[in-house]
Amino acid sequence: MMLAARNHPAWWAFLVHRLSGVALALFLPAHFLAMGLALQGEARLDEFLRWSEQPLVIAGEWVLVMLLAAHLTGGLRLLALELLPWRNWQKTLAALAGGFAVASGLLFLLAR
Amino acid sequence: MTTLRVRVWRGGRDGRFEAFEVPRGQSQTVLDVVTHIQRHLDPTLSYRFACRVGMCGSCAMTVNGTPRWTCRTHVDKVAKGGALEIGPLANLPVVKDLVCDMRDFFDKWARARGQFSPTATKADDFARVRPDSRPRLEADAGIECIGCGVCYAACDVVAWNRDYLGPAALNRAWTLVNDVRDGGQGARLAAVAGDAGCHACHTLMSCTEHCPKALSPTRAISGLKRATAAAVLSLPGDESP
Amino acid sequence: MNPRREALLWVAQRATAVVLAFCVLVHLATIIYAVRGGLSAAEILGRTRGSVAWAAFYVLFVVAVAIHGAIGLRAVAAEWLGLRGKSAEWLMTGVGCALAVMGLRAVVAVFG
Repeated sequence: MMLAARNHPAWWAFLVHRLSGVALALFLPAHFLAMGLALQGEARLDEFLRWSEQPLVIAGEWVLVMLLAAHLTGGLRLLALELLPWRNWQKTLAALAGGFAVASGLLFLLAR
Repeated sequence: MTTLRVRVWRGGRDGRFEAFEVPRGQSQTVLDVVTHIQRHLDPTLSYRFACRVGMCGSCAMTVNGTPRWTCRTHVDKVAKGGALEIGPLANLPVVKDLVCDMRDFFDKWARARGQFSPTATKADDFARVRPDSRPRLEADAGIECIGCGVCYAACDVVAWNRDYLGPAALNRAWTLVNDVRDGGQGARLAAVAGDAGCHACHTLMSCTEHCPKALSPTRAISGLKRATAAAVLSLPGDESP
Repeated sequence: MNPRREALLWVAQRATAVVLAFCVLVHLATIIYAVRGGLSAAEILGRTRGSVAWAAFYVLFVVAVAIHGAIGLRAVAAEWLGLRGKSAEWLMTGVGCALAVMGLRAVVAVFG
């Protein structure tokens, strides 16, 4: 395992992007099913929303918002890397992406 | 600390690390260490080198987990606590000890159409290519590659995808895509498209990070992604060999 | 390995990424706004039921995410699980369709 060779910003950016993408893809069916509860009436959806007020669930939601923001900003970085003329300050993009992800998570925490 | 504890890979794929004690010297490189072991401690150690001065790329090996040119790696820079671990380049079959089989690397270079397809004849005048034109600048950014294999060894996609052509082959293909004299662009774009080609690159950028000549295969591969996307309708729609 | 199909998948992945960048920003902003002061079914459904514009937005969101997620998971499955070839292609198409169906059902539930 060449861990030493992997210890650079672009590699971490890739890992975060891939893991967040997989996590979001696994979360989506649950999200769609939860929203689909509205088919069974308002009361059923309310029941679910009350369940989601638990601290653990709120923490989970916060993690998801961070993952979403991280995947989005990482993705924008990739679009820039692949489509725009090459610039050598790509590492800064990774840092900016990370910053935005954290900021989004904090905003969400405040709102909740 | 006056001695180095060095672990060196011995044998083939199912080999093991062997330990040696090597005296430290001033301005000592990792290649100096390997040379010392072979000359004074164990003559059966196999390794590659040629120029010893950072021009040929033959001495590339894995040093403490990172692929590098051993002649250009000072021991002081990499030996943590007086210890070194040296192995052959990753992602290539091991022939013996520190020597790897580079055939896959160069076969993929050929598969990526990394060779020039001439269009001019002896009767034609010289081609006129402005050195400051966009395509020439792009090509010039990548033509210094000497095929050392460090990028290939550093790339995780090469490890995860046996067919992936790899950063060096794709970088060379990109320099030729930008060569206005070349007549083989259609075949080349077809060769570099696909999940064995540029589309398998996930911009991990380990190639760019470790290239001893400070080239950026990631930049070249991004160019290939754009070029193949622009030409998508003219790419072959059936399974390629 | 079909060069044209791979190139088209790459284009589709980036195109849906651009669409999703827009959708995710809107969704994140909406959620952070809506989540203030707690969530209730009445609040959500009161805003969404009968809203054609929002419904259209979420249909676009669902279709884009189904395509984007399936293509992304395809790469992860091939590289980390060794899943390649015809069966992998069918599996990924199935994943995309499943996401789309579940998502569209949720859109109907919330906006119908």
